[in-house]
Order: sequence, then C-alpha cells, then structure tokens
Amino acid sequence: MKSFLPPRFIVDRDPSRCIQCKVCVNQCSFGVQSFDEDEQALKSREQNCVGCHRCVAFCPTNALIIRRNPLDYRANFNWRPEVIEDILKQAESGGMLLTGMGDDKNHTIYWDHLLLNASQVTNPSIDPLREPMELTTFLGRKPDRLQFDERGNLITVMAPQVKLETPIMFAAMSYGAVSLNVHTSLARAATELGTLWNTGEGGLHPTLARYAPNTVVQVASGRYGVDTDYLRKARIIEIKIGQGAKPGIGGHLPGEKVTDDVSRTRMIPSGTDAISPAPHHDIYSIEDLRQLIYAIKEATNYEKPVSVKVAAVHNVAAIASGMVRAGADMIVVDGLRGATGAAPKAIRDNVGIPIELALASVDTRLRQEGIRNQASVVASGGLRCSGDVAKAIALGADAVYIGTAALIALGCHVCQQCHTGKCSWGICTSDPALTKRINPEIGAQRLVNLVRGWSLEIKDMLGGMGVNAVESLRGNRLHLRGVGLSDTELDVLGVKMAGG
Amino acid sequence: MEINARFMSYRDLNAALNQAVDAGTTHITVQNVNGQRYIGTNLHGRVTVELHGTPGNDLAAFMNGPAIIVRGNGQDGGGNTMNGGEIVIHGHAGDALGLAARGGSILVRDDAGYRAGIHMKEYQGRGALVVIGGGAQDFLGEYMAGGTLIVLGLSQRGAGWSHTRFVGTGMHGGAIYLRGRIDSHQIGKEVGIAPPDDRDTRIIQEAVAKYSEHFGTDPKRILDAEFVKLFPLYLRPYGRLYAY
Repeated sequence: MKSFLPPRFIVDRDPSRCIQCKVCVNQCSFGVQSFDEDEQALKSREQNCVGCHRCVAFCPTNALIIRRNPLDYRANFNWRPEVIEDILKQAESGGMLLTGMGDDKNHTIYWDHLLLNASQVTNPSIDPLREPMELTTFLGRKPDRLQFDERGNLITVMAPQVKLETPIMFAAMSYGAVSLNVHTSLARAATELGTLWNTGEGGLHPTLARYAPNTVVQVASGRYGVDTDYLRKARIIEIKIGQGAKPGIGGHLPGEKVTDDVSRTRMIPSGTDAISPAPHHDIYSIEDLRQLIYAIKEATNYEKPVSVKVAAVHNVAAIASGMVRAGADMIVVDGLRGATGAAPKAIRDNVGIPIELALASVDTRLRQEGIRNQASVVASGGLRCSGDVAKAIALGADAVYIGTAALIALGCHVCQQCHTGKCSWGICTSDPALTKRINPEIGAQRLVNLVRGWSLEIKDMLGGMGVNAVESLRGNRLHLRGVGLSDTELDVLGVKMAGG
Repeated sequence: MEINARFMSYRDLNAALNQAVDAGTTHITVQNVNGQRYIGTNLHGRVTVELHGTPGNDLAAFMNGPAIIVRGNGQDGGGNTMNGGEIVIHGHAGDALGLAARGGSILVRDDAGYRAGIHMKEYQGRGALVVIGGGAQDFLGEYMAGGTLIVLGLSQRGAGWSHTRFVGTGMHGGAIYLRGRIDSHQIGKEVGIAPPDDRDTRIIQEAVAKYSEHFGTDPKRILDAEFVKLFPLYLRPYGRLYAY
C-alpha cells in the first residue's frame, strides 16, 4: 500500500506572463519544473516542491507563485498535518525521519520575551555617530588577578588571547555539508571583519590555509582532517562534543557527498560514509576531556586557546563548570534551535534546551564558582538579529556564533532540505552544478555587510544604554527586562520583570 | 643522548625531547618514564625515542614522523590520531590503541585493551598499520574506515580473542587479519569473514616480518597458521536508517 501525501506547495504559473524561457526548469534542483516537448508546455511536479523559491526568484516575468497547499485536514491540535504525514512516511520506509536546519517547532523563543534598556534623563545616552563605541572582544582565559612590577610592567603571564573586532563569529559548518564556495565566503568575510569563522569537523581545505589566522578548527569524534599541521595553523582549536540540533548523537555524511576533494580534506576514504561516532572514544569523563584538551595544547605549544563546544542540555551549567576546570579556554553552548546539515527530526525537535536559559544558567554557575574569568563563553543556536546578539551578551556571552543567519545572507531560504544534498541555492550540497551558484566574492561581501549592519545596530543599542563598550553590557542583566514570563523563567534568566 | 624523566612533568619532558631534536639528535633514550602523557605529541623529524618505563596516556598523539620504542607497557590512547611514524611497544598496550590513526605503524608485542584500532582511516594511498602480538579485547576495529589491523594471538597467558566481542562493529573500510579462527557471534553485523587472498597474504607476511624484526620472533613459526580476514560488507553501513 502506498501512502499518498498531498503536495506541500502549489505552483501557480501565470500563462499570460510566462515566456517559456525555462529558467525555472534549469534552476529547480528538486525536479519540480519541466518542459514537455510534445505539448510545448511547462509542467510542475508539485509533490516535489519544497518551497525554496529558487524558481520564483529567477523567473524574469514574475510568472510564478508558490503557495502553501490550502488542502486542509480536519482541524485537530493533536494530529496536525505534519504528524500525520510523518507517520505515513515512516509506515512506508521504516526509517528515521531525517531533516535539516534547526528546530522549527514553537518552543518559546526567549529573545522575544526579553527587552533591552535605554537611558532617559537621569543618565545621558551616547551618540555612536560622534563618539567611539567599542565592540572589541578578547577570547581566551583571563587571569584571576594582574600583577605588575615596580615600574608598572605586567608580570602576570597571560594565556593566549584572540582579538575580535566584533563579538559575532561564523558558526561551525563542515566542508562536505556545505560547499567549498560557502567556506571560502565565510573565511574571506571573517578575515575582512576581523572576526573568526569555524571549519566545522570536516577539515580545512588547502586553498583556505591563507585565512588560518581567522579560523577556528574543530576536532570532533571522527577526527576528520586533524593533524598537527591543521592544529598549528588554527587560531583557536575547538573540541566538538555536541551540537544543538542533535545533542548526544553522531552524524553520517552520506558516501555520495564524500567526493575526492572532501576525502582529501577530511582525510578519509572517498565514497564511503563519513561516520562521526556519538561520543569521542577517548572522552568518557571530564578527566578524559582534560586529557584531550592538554594533548592539543601540548601539540600546539600552549599558543592557542582550546575551545569546547557542547549542546545545551539539562545539566549544562554543571557540565560547563567541568569543562572550564578541565582546562577549556572557551566554551561554546549551542541551543535547541541550532541548525544542522542533517539530523533525525525526532532528535532535532525534542532534545536539548533553549540557548537563552542555558546561557543564563552557565554564566550564573561559573560566577558562583568564581571561575567565570577562566573561560570565554560563546552562545549559539538560532540567533537571528543584532537584538538577539545584544541580549545574549547581556545574559553573559562573550561572543556569539551565527550559522543559519550567515547562510540566509548567502541566499538560504530555510526550506530545511539540507539533508537531501539538492540545495537549490548551492549552499548545502556537493553537486558542482549547484555549488557554483555561490560566488565566494559576492558571498563574502554579503556576509561582511550583514555583520557590519548588526555591529552598527549593537553600537546604537549600547549608546542608547549609555555605555560605550560591549564590555559594559557583558553579563549585565540589569540591562534586560522580561515580558510574558513566569517567575521561574525570570529566575533562571536572572532577569527582572519589565516595569520592576 | 639520554634523558632522566624521574619527577619530570610531561611538559618538561616533551620540551627536552624537542630541544634535543632541534640540536640534531637522532636517537634519544629516556629513563624512568613514569606515566607522563603525550610523549612525542609535538615531536617532528627523523628521530628515534626509546622509552624505559611506562609512558602515560595519549602516547604520540597526532604524531607525524618520529619512531617511539617503549621498553615496558603502554597505557590508553597510544597513537591517538597519529599521522605518521612508528610506535613499538615491548609489552602490553592499553585501551583505544591507534584511535583514528591514518598513517604510520603501531606494533605491540603482547596484548591490547578494548577498542584497539577504533575508527582508523585511510585516504589516497595512506593508511595506518596496527599489529598486536597477543590478544585484544571487545570492540576491536570498531567503526574502522581504513588501514590494517593484525592480531596474532601469540601471548602465552592471555586468551587471545576467544572472549572478544563486537569485533569490527560499524566497520566500513580497511581490513582486520586474525591468526586463527573467530566465531560469527563475535563480530559486528557489518563484517564479513573470508580467507586471505594473495594480496592479503603479502600484507600479512610484510607485517609479520616487521613484527619479528622488532621482537625477535621467528616469522615462519607465526606464518605457519591459518589466518582469516575480516572486511566491511558495506561502504555505507547506516545508509538505510533514514526516511526522507
């Protein structure tokens, strides 16, 4: 018995506008648009449409409209269309449902319940157009105290620090999941912006070695592309324990995406699945984490900060404390809405906690234990705008990673088909016909524009609050107020109710 | 040259090794090694380091080039993510030997612990070789994506691999050669068993010659036995787990 699933989208083609140029046919990578030679007519296989808008964006006469299929099921809050269709798919295939991007369910987005402060009358706001406004951020372990000799020279030995011009970095996305053109765009943009991009766990392509001073490299359970050369080139080395989209599980890059070039970069056989085991098999405890952190420090002569990235899970504050005590110079917490190139939907939408709550509890815990200075805290997982960034910094983040927002800047329409490898915008695919749709030069410029825009907005917000450095906002939760939150939520966030 | 590692931290020991290599030394003997981790991790160049005592975890992690000879037992994580070079252990090895190694060779005279050769890899003509003279514990060659893992079962007291389970679980590349038999219930469901062909036999002969050279055994005596080859049944062991 075959499951009959109605198409998600309807393709409306206005015949009075269509000039049969077939751009839609050439642009669609999901096999929706075709040209029937016999009938000399354009046809649509609507059941394949994912709503990526590639054809709409390229139609020169605006002849196409993609609409959500209005076909309604009988209203039912429990048995929603998505639930019904997922069951039908699984009844047919017997597999785990795979998906891409981050959690799309309506779990509370706490950023939308937090509001920033501004100065009025009793203290002056600062005009960032006329006065210097500092976003400079230093990542790395800070000393407990500073000591100077009698001449005033610093005698405290500082742990390695990395200077960012703005507290916004590009999140880990591996080569193999995204294309080389995406990596090149990110690397160039980070270099121009004076911030960092992250290779993800798939290695550093040789052509990107020149961007190494702005590169965070990852060491994940698959150890792809990890050798001393890779570690020594990097600015920061990040041990990836987990990611927000799929806490606690590993990943499989399908064999067909492991091309010769991906194989060389990951240092794995081509054509076979790249399997990242769920745990690192040399890390079963905080003590083992310490062992790997110091193996990396030893291999890089203690010259680089070592970061540890975890997914936001229930005991994240205690885990973060352990990570700092294990010697991490930077900890990255990736929340529920963090995205992925592929993850089981059941995991993506059900496992982990929102970054806002995780970040607040991590910062609180590290302060209570008096070890907050020992590591920088980076928040990530679905941050959408400069407001989210400012709120994350006020909740205690030193900096943030943006992934999905960066991909949207490159053209992503969040159609959640990353796992299919057919990305029509040429981002999450290794098909050469598609990857060339991203021009790294233009891509880099768009990313620079985005981060520049956000940075300007953050400066405006800081000025409005009457402070002239992001350092004054960091962990300053008095600059936040909550709306529509319970006492418990406000308590975890460490934020007062608006009006109070 | 000789280094006395008594009461020396791993950091100082590695610094001393590096200093010696920078000064052009090609053979270093280290006495009184007692649990120092990461020995040889940041070492480069053509150098042989002979360790007397017991090196700690992550011996030669990320190593690329040097040769390390251990006159004693190794601990966990020996050759972790190794890229090139040689580790020769005149004794036993701990758990997770050669984790994710993609080059170089590791020779262990006696037994290895759990998860030996886990997630070893190969690419573009490179791959790691691990030879274990004695037996090995569960999860031998788990998630193996390439390289060669040979277990000879020569130990006098050890039970070889008669109780070892989950051999090659998740294996999707490379080959494991065992001197002797293994029951199908001991191996992962992604693994096939076959007699070695001519190419396999050559690989085994070369590895055994290398082993015998280091540990003074008679290669003929070792080779005068039946070997089996374990190989991955699929390049994509988990390709059918998903619905779209």
